[in-house]
Amino acid sequence: MKPLRLVPDGTNIRFMTHRRWSFPLSVVLIVASLALYGVFNLNFGIDFKGGTLIEIKTAEDIADLGDIRGKLNDLRLGDVEVQEFGAPNDVLIRVETQEGGEQAQQAVVNQVKATLGDKVTYRRVEVVGPRVSGELASAGSIAVLSALFAVLVYIWFRFEWQFALGAVMATTHDVILTIGMFAALGLEFNLSSIAAILTIVGYSLNDTVVVYDRIRENLRKYKKKELKDILDLSINQTLSRTVLTSVTTLLALGSLYVLGSAVIKSFTFAMIWGVFVGTYSSVFMAAPLLIFLKLRPEHMQEQKDEGTEEASA
Amino acid sequence: MLHFARWKVGLILLTIVFGLLFALPNLFSEKTLSSLPDWLPKQQLVLGLDLQGGSHILLQVEEAGVIKERLEVLRGDVRSVLREDKIGYTGLAIKDNSVQVRVRDVTKLEEARTKVRTLVQPITQSLLGGGGALESSLETTEDGVLRLTLTPEGIESRVNAAVSQSIEVIRRRVDELGTTEPSIQREGNSRILVQVPGLQDSDRLKTILQSTAKLTFRLVDVSNSVDEAITGRPPLDSEVLYSADDPPVPYLVKKRVLISGDELDDAQPTFDQQTNEPVVSFRFNTSGARKFGRVTQQNVGLPFAIVLDDEVISAPRINEPILGGSGIISGSFTVESANDLAVLMRAGALPADLTIIEERTVGPGLGKDSIEAGEIAGIVGAIAVVVFMFLSYGLFGLFANLALIANITLILGALSALGATLTLPGIAGIVLTVGMAVDANVLIYERIREENRYGRSTIAAIDAGYSRALGTILDANITTFIAAIILFSLGSGPVRGFAVTLAIGIVTTVFSAFTFNRLLVAGWVKSRRPSELPI
Repeated sequence: MKPLRLVPDGTNIRFMTHRRWSFPLSVVLIVASLALYGVFNLNFGIDFKGGTLIEIKTAEDIADLGDIRGKLNDLRLGDVEVQEFGAPNDVLIRVETQEGGEQAQQAVVNQVKATLGDKVTYRRVEVVGPRVSGELASAGSIAVLSALFAVLVYIWFRFEWQFALGAVMATTHDVILTIGMFAALGLEFNLSSIAAILTIVGYSLNDTVVVYDRIRENLRKYKKKELKDILDLSINQTLSRTVLTSVTTLLALGSLYVLGSAVIKSFTFAMIWGVFVGTYSSVFMAAPLLIFLKLRPEHMQEQKDEGTEEASA
Repeated sequence: MLHFARWKVGLILLTIVFGLLFALPNLFSEKTLSSLPDWLPKQQLVLGLDLQGGSHILLQVEEAGVIKERLEVLRGDVRSVLREDKIGYTGLAIKDNSVQVRVRDVTKLEEARTKVRTLVQPITQSLLGGGGALESSLETTEDGVLRLTLTPEGIESRVNAAVSQSIEVIRRRVDELGTTEPSIQREGNSRILVQVPGLQDSDRLKTILQSTAKLTFRLVDVSNSVDEAITGRPPLDSEVLYSADDPPVPYLVKKRVLISGDELDDAQPTFDQQTNEPVVSFRFNTSGARKFGRVTQQNVGLPFAIVLDDEVISAPRINEPILGGSGIISGSFTVESANDLAVLMRAGALPADLTIIEERTVGPGLGKDSIEAGEIAGIVGAIAVVVFMFLSYGLFGLFANLALIANITLILGALSALGATLTLPGIAGIVLTVGMAVDANVLIYERIREENRYGRSTIAAIDAGYSRALGTILDANITTFIAAIILFSLGSGPVRGFAVTLAIGIVTTVFSAFTFNRLLVAGWVKSRRPSELPI
C-alpha cells in the first residue's frame, strides 16, 4: 500500500519570497481585527459582563421562542436574549445584570422560574454578580499576558532573543486574529474562550518552536548560507510534519465540534480557527520575522562561500 | 537510541500496566468494584459539577456587616465601662469605622481614657505570634471626644474569624442535606465556595446558606397596640416584626432578647401529638434551661415570640413555667420546612451576612448528555486520527497508534489516581490531546525519513530520528505546558479541569512517544533487521 503523502518529498517552496504579501496581509488582518473589536466589541458572556444564564428544556418537541420571549419581556428585566441551543426544545435565556447589587441578580432566577413554571426542565442556571465578573475579566487578561511573557522568557533562555521575540509576535498575531474572529462573528466570549485562546497560544508556539528548532540546527550546520535560504529550507523540511499535525488535531477538534455538547461548541470552534491561524503564522510570520529582527548580521550573508557546505551526512 | 536495558523495558511496561490498573475502575460499576480484592485500585474519575450535575455557589462574607456588628459590641462596652465609673457622657455613636463619645466633664477625660483603653485588645491568634498588633486604636480630640477606631489589622482578623466560623456553620448545615461529598472551602480572604454535587433543588440550598439563623426568644409587647406602632412610632424598646404567614401578621416585639439560639442543645423535626402537624422540638443546654425556666415563670400568661432573622415564627402564650428546658415550636410548617428549621437551629447562627456573588447550577440531565456527547466525539475523533496515522505511516503508524492508546490509558489512569476532577472542557482537553499527541510521533517519523533521504542506513536513520527529535519535542511541549500551568492557576472549576487534562496529556505524550513507541520500533528493528524504511 502506498502511504498517504500530503506533502510530497522534496517539496521546495520559496516561502521567504511570499513575505512580500504575507507581512502586509497579516498587518491588514491585525488592523481589521482591532477595528472589528473597536466597532462591535466582543459579545461578552455573563462570566465577564455579569448577569444570568438559564438553559431550559421544554416539554414540547419544539420550543415556542416567541412565547417565552414575550413572557420574559413582561418581567421588565432589561435586555433579555432567548435563543435555541443545540436542540429545538433546548432554549438558552440570558438576562443582563440588574441594578441593585448582588441580591438583585438572584431575584432574576426566581422571577424567571415563576414565569416559566414547572413544565420546563431547568438544565443549567448560572448567575454571575457584578463583583465576580469584573475579577474574572481581569484574571483572564492577566492569564493570557502572563502566558505570553512566560513563554518569551523560556524561548529566550533556550534560543536567541530574536527567536523569543519572533515567537511572541507571531503568537500575539494569532491571539489578536482570534479576538477579531470573535468580534466579527459575534460569538459569545466567556471563560472558556480564554481557555481556547490559551490553548491556541500553546498550539501556535508548539508549531513555531518546531520550525525554530530546525532553523537553529540549520544555522549551525550551514554557517555560510544566506538566512533567507536557511529559513526556506527549514520550513520545507518541517512542512510535512506541520501539515500532518494540523490534520490530526483538526480531525479530533472537528469531531468534537460536530458531535460534542452544545455547551463547548464555540470553545471548539475557536480552537479550530486557532489551528489554522497558528499554522499560518508559524510558516508565514514567525520565520520571516527573523529576517526582520536581523537574526544573522548582513555582512555574513554577503560573504559568498561555495563548496564548503556539506549536505547533512 | 534503539537499545534498551532490560530494567528499562520492565519499567516502561510496568508504568503502562499501572496506568491500565488505575484507568480500569472507570469501566466498572461501583458494585463490581466493591467485589474486587482490596489491593486493586478502585478510585474512579471524579466528575465535575458540570458533568454530574450540582450547584457551585460562591458566597461573600460582607465586611461592612462584620465591622458594624463589632462596632455595636464596642459601643455597648464603652457605655458600660463609663457607666461603671459614673462618668457622664454624650453623643455615644458609631461613625465610619469608629465609636466616639464626648465626656461631659473635661476633668474626667483622663479617667475615661484609661477606662476605654482597657477595651483596646491585641489581636488574638495573630500569625505573627502576637507581634503587638492591636484590634483598635484610641485617640482623644481637644474638645473631649474619645474615638476608638478599628485598625485594618483588626478588621482583617475579625473578617477572618467570621469566615472560619461561617464555614463551620455552613458545613453543619449542608451536611444535614444528606448529599454526597459536599465541598466547602475558603476562597481568598472573605469568600466561601460551596459545591454540592447531585442536588436537584438549588433554591433550597440557597435558602439554607443565606439564612443567618439568628434565633431569639423575646416577649411580645402587650402594653401597646401593634396598629398604632405601625402607623405611628413604635415604643423605644420594641419593634414591629412580621410572621412568615401569607398575608404576614404583624407583632410588636420587645427588643430585649430573653434567650438566644446559642444556648440550644438540640432541635428535631417531629409531629404534634394532637394535631399531627409538623413541629420542631428543641432543648436548651443547662444554663439556657435555667434562664428559660426563670423567664417563663416570671411571665406566665403573657405571649412570647420566637424570632428567626427578624421573622416571627410563632408567638405562643406561656401557660405555665417551663422548667425542663425543652419545648415545641409550632408554626405553619411543612415537613420540609420543619426539617430545615431544625437544621438551622442545630447548626447555629452565621456570624455575618453572606451574599451569593456567583452561582452555577447544572441539572443532572445536561451533565449526562454532555458525557455521552463527549464520549462519542472522543471515540470518533480517535478513530479518525488512528486511521489517518495508519494511512500515512503504515506499520509505523500502527506503532504510533498503540502508543496513542497507551497514552490515553495513562491520562485516564493519572487522572483517576490523582483524584483530579473531569469537567466538560476536560473532556475536550483529552480529545485535543489525542489530536496533538501523535505530533511527537510525526516529528520522529518525519525526521527518520529525512535522515534516510540524506543517505543514512535504515537503522542509523531510525536511531538518529529519535535522538534528534527529542530536543524539538521537549521544547515544543514545554511551551504548551507553560500555557497549561497558567491556565490552571487562572483557576475556575471547569477551565481548571481543561488545564489539568492538557498538562497531564503533555507529560504522557512525551513519555509514550519516547519510551513505549520507541520500544515497539526497537523491537521491530531487532527482529526484522530491515534494510528498507517502511515509511
